[in-house]
Amino acid sequence: MKVLVTGASGMLGRETALAVHRRGHDVRVLQRRPASLEGPEEVLGSITEQAAVRRAVEGVDAVVHLAAKVSVTGPHPEYVATNVEGTRTLLAAAREAGVSRFVMVSSPSVAHAGSALVGVGTTPADPAAAHGSYAVTKAQAELLALAEDSPGFAVCAVRPHIVLGPGDTQLVQRIADRARAGRLPLLDDGTALIDTTYVDNAVDALVAALERCTDEGVHGQAFVVTNGEPRTVAEVFARICRAAGVPAPTRRVPSGVAKVAGSVVERVWTRFALPDEPPMTRFLAEQLSTAHWFDVSRTRELLRWEPRVPLDEGFDRLAGGFTGR
Amino acid sequence: MTTEPPPAPSATAGSHAGPGAGSHPGPRPPSSPTLPAVLPPRDLPGLDPRWSRLVSAPDADGVERRWHVLDTAPDGAQDGDELAGTLLCVHGNPTWSYLWRHLAAQAVRHRPRWRVVAVDQLEMGYSERTGRSRRLAERVEDLANLVEVLGLSGRVVAVGQDWGGIVASGWAAGELARSGRSRHSGSRVRLAGLVVANTAASYPASAPAPGALKLATLPGVLPAVTSRSELFLRTTLALPRPALEPAVRAAYRAPYRTRAERAGIEAFVADVPIGSAHPSRPALDAVTEGVAALAAARLPTLVLWGPRDPVFGEEFLRDWRRRVPHADVHRLATASHLSPEDPLFAAAVLRWLDERVLRSAPDEQPDGQADAPAGAPGAAAPAAPGAGVFDALAAQAGDPATADAPAVVEVAADGGSRTVGWGLLQRRTDELAAGLLALGVQPGQRVSLLVPPGADLTAALYAVLRVGAVAVVADAGLGVRGLTRAVTGAGVDWVVGVPKALAAARALRWPGRRIAAGDVSGLALRALGATAHLVDVARTGAQRLAAGSALPPVPQPSAQAAVLFTSGSTGPAKGVVYTHAQLAQLARAMGRTIRIGPGQPLVSAFAPFALFGPALGATCVVPAMDVTRPATLTAGALADAVAAGRATSVFLAPAAVVNVLATADALTGAQREALAGVRVLLSAGAPVPTPLLQRVRELMPLADPRTPYGATEVLPATDVGLSDVLEAGAGEGTCVGRPVEGVVVAVAPLDADGRAGRELVDAPGVSGEVVVGGEHVKDHYDQLWLTQAASVDVLPSPALRAAVGAGRWHRTGDVGHLDEAGRVWIEGRLAHVVVTADEVVTPVGVEQRAESVEGVARAALVGVGPRAARQLVVVAEADAAAGGPVARTTVAGPELSQAVRVATGRNLAAVLLVPALPTDVRHNSKIDRARVGAWAERTLAGERAGRLA
Repeated sequence: MKVLVTGASGMLGRETALAVHRRGHDVRVLQRRPASLEGPEEVLGSITEQAAVRRAVEGVDAVVHLAAKVSVTGPHPEYVATNVEGTRTLLAAAREAGVSRFVMVSSPSVAHAGSALVGVGTTPADPAAAHGSYAVTKAQAELLALAEDSPGFAVCAVRPHIVLGPGDTQLVQRIADRARAGRLPLLDDGTALIDTTYVDNAVDALVAALERCTDEGVHGQAFVVTNGEPRTVAEVFARICRAAGVPAPTRRVPSGVAKVAGSVVERVWTRFALPDEPPMTRFLAEQLSTAHWFDVSRTRELLRWEPRVPLDEGFDRLAGGFTGR
Repeated sequence: MTTEPPPAPSATAGSHAGPGAGSHPGPRPPSSPTLPAVLPPRDLPGLDPRWSRLVSAPDADGVERRWHVLDTAPDGAQDGDELAGTLLCVHGNPTWSYLWRHLAAQAVRHRPRWRVVAVDQLEMGYSERTGRSRRLAERVEDLANLVEVLGLSGRVVAVGQDWGGIVASGWAAGELARSGRSRHSGSRVRLAGLVVANTAASYPASAPAPGALKLATLPGVLPAVTSRSELFLRTTLALPRPALEPAVRAAYRAPYRTRAERAGIEAFVADVPIGSAHPSRPALDAVTEGVAALAAARLPTLVLWGPRDPVFGEEFLRDWRRRVPHADVHRLATASHLSPEDPLFAAAVLRWLDERVLRSAPDEQPDGQADAPAGAPGAAAPAAPGAGVFDALAAQAGDPATADAPAVVEVAADGGSRTVGWGLLQRRTDELAAGLLALGVQPGQRVSLLVPPGADLTAALYAVLRVGAVAVVADAGLGVRGLTRAVTGAGVDWVVGVPKALAAARALRWPGRRIAAGDVSGLALRALGATAHLVDVARTGAQRLAAGSALPPVPQPSAQAAVLFTSGSTGPAKGVVYTHAQLAQLARAMGRTIRIGPGQPLVSAFAPFALFGPALGATCVVPAMDVTRPATLTAGALADAVAAGRATSVFLAPAAVVNVLATADALTGAQREALAGVRVLLSAGAPVPTPLLQRVRELMPLADPRTPYGATEVLPATDVGLSDVLEAGAGEGTCVGRPVEGVVVAVAPLDADGRAGRELVDAPGVSGEVVVGGEHVKDHYDQLWLTQAASVDVLPSPALRAAVGAGRWHRTGDVGHLDEAGRVWIEGRLAHVVVTADEVVTPVGVEQRAESVEGVARAALVGVGPRAARQLVVVAEADAAAGGPVARTTVAGPELSQAVRVATGRNLAAVLLVPALPTDVRHNSKIDRARVGAWAERTLAGERAGRLA
């Protein structure tokens, strides 16, 4: 199969492109900056540019779509442009080019209305209830993609939850940096359970989704992917900090205070378009103080996928990633 | 209230209003507007609209009336399933047939199927408002006419709650009379049973309005609270705890939205026959007579009771038990007046129907077996031959060689002691027995004994047993609330107590006449509401005996002897009933384990030894301590007691072991010497950590500390010494040794859902609910029919059945297994088993391995999340190695968390450290894992769950 992977500059996209390539498929990647991957063919450009997208899908059988604006602040229209319109552009171009499989990489936050998620399965994306521009636009994009599922164009959505791995700039590096700067508090007692996904397991799930996309029960559906080993926020922080060789957070902030402060900060950062990541956002405060962990038994069954790397080993590899730097 | 309710002013019709509203002519001028019967809305929670139908039947006056009836099988059998029969359900005031929706729903699913026909009484619910007030006699007749029209046939069980219970009983009594009159003609109904809930069997003419109805029946108040307002309706619906869902309350109120709709509520209250001149008085008395006839006919009867009922209180339940002695009683611990709302109500009814109506004919029930499902496996067998509880006492007292030897020794705090010899104990027992009879204590009556261990308790207990009364023994460790629930629930007729206990009895309105014990002046006696003092009772008895009156023969071995209350550390305390024969067997089993008997004295402050000592002819020494707080026993007081009675055996509560060790440094040389002579040390009630036992052995080197396993229902079941525990080594759970003589231990294996089945196995290595068989197993639970039925519901293999012989089985609620050597290992409580997607985990083994990690003092294993994704969690107290107890909930650091994961071999989602785990008050050792689990669920969801303990 010839497979297009969008957003291959991030950790998950890059690893997925390489894994698909290792599986013997022809891989083409599309992203704005050179990814310099050994093997895959590279197309530079944004998914918001129709011409680049057309070029990228030409002669392709399948698309794994990871490109997105992932952040916690910033003007809403920017999220819409990349996450919603970009996906729409890609879908249209793919259909036109005769693509037959489309794996939409989404996020469990598309179905998270802010309350605790305790061992729940995959529930439908809900843009009206989702919190924050990222989750709202990803929810819209997932619905757009799944609506396109039809004979000859199999679409499924995969929602990896908190992907951890060496070289991750999204979460691991940020937590380590904040902890080093003493800016990483625990909300309440850090007791909320959260799921995480070691990057190799997420990659395996995306590859499985690509290969099983046309299966009955898979196309048209969304699947949450996690390691199936929830841990408390405090322990996740502590393990990441230990891997990075920085002290774990001990300062506790009440989650109520953090949520209020977070909303204010969020607005200020957006209003003044501040460059750096804000210290706290409402979205982050909610994410770090309420449980969100999942029942992935359906995902395992239908994608015929198992998380290969247990969390403990994942944290060890994370430490290796830091020391090897 | 003997007058008709005042005529209501013209009210506009509410939801009942239809074309026919107000147009139905009645036989008497209407006192309130008439409204036709209608069908209820189709969307009431829990109510299947297909059950509702309207039926016309002549009322008591022969006028056609329309009824709303819930009927789950109007066409009889469906799907080829034979119907077992029909439950004819009658609601009270101010409810309607909605009351029976749970029963209806479960009866439909139950096999064999029961048809539920639940009526809305006329003037009530969605039935017709005829414009007149209906009296009790008419209601009974109205119902009979309706049943006729419905054409019910086959088995019919009448079911009623509140005033509906009286109507249902009246109908059943009428049916009994009709079938007697015309055995081969007429009614096709076969009356098969009666189920009553929070209702009255009788209502004395002299009695005031029951509890909360007092205010409502005052003149002028009645319409204001019943029909003009919703007060009575809303108050009734506010009784259940936990509260009814708002939508359910709304459904109850739905047919009572207007004053016209509520007129029936007012008339119903006005029909409560208070006073002898009330028009419904004769009808009520007729129902009472009918209940007597039903009892005489031994109609299978189930009394289900919500104890938190402000209207039909405990005295009404006692009245039912008096009038229908063979009735099965089940108290729904937390239910109130609307007991059919209790989650266990329907299950209790259906199980009872299976066992009492379908499986066994009432005539086959032996006497005195009420509450015990005699048809179930494991039910009481004829008493085995053997010495009774009185024999050893009589022998010691009758032998001149031992008559003056000590039977009971009470040691004072200053080391002094009071000794009562066998002869004196026997004489005092006889005198008290004669005195109790003179006072009016009758065989079968229940006598609560709230007297600290010592000679007084022993004599009083034996006197109670001697006259055939039933001793109710509840440990003061239950606390005042627990004691109140126990004494009130047991329905005691007499309370014998020290001043503190009688003061509580008076303040908390415990039932029963009171007899004082201990130091009480005559003045205080009256203040405590006591009829007499034990000293006076004995004096009267002595006079009777001197005058030549003899005591009646000793009670039969099969007669009830005692109700012993469980400790309440694993749920509300339950009363456990033993017969005389079973009590004697229990004492012998205990004696064998603790090795006491003539010449083998015992030191113990555990109340049941007031019974065991004399039954075995063993001297019982009571040490100086606050018996309600075992932790107050010092090493010195224990040594003094051992010395005073030259005791060879010692029984200590686990908390006492801790304190004895803590105070051992203060022992004198003589005291150490006394303790060194002890040959048997026994501790029971809760697990005692091995290191503590090893230290105790240093004080009593001759004794191999024994920690038998058992419960109030079977005491003891297994026995184990410290050396055995050490030999057994580590395993899955706590090793409690081998079954004692006369006991068989089996397990009911757990299925993939963590539930224990009915089949019993004794193969090693199989985990399941521990089930104990033997002759000293309880007779039955008191007034807990459903609990009893579940506790004996087992299918033993023929070999196991043969091994237990005449004994009975008891499901302990513990999980565990047998090993190759025949030893029993306890793995926790069945209710605390955690079921994940991959495995069924019993807690104790995992906890022990967690506790082996440096930094963990005490651990609890619980599960969080839904079954398919459930995660294991350890909640622990930190030990000194981890810096001592934490000040607040803390997620254990990565090292400690990993160490606990490795030690337990489980992928724990979290290891949480807490300041303290919640434990039982009495032993501070049984962890309340249910509470820990609920707390962990909230905490790990990110909620503020507050402190755990």
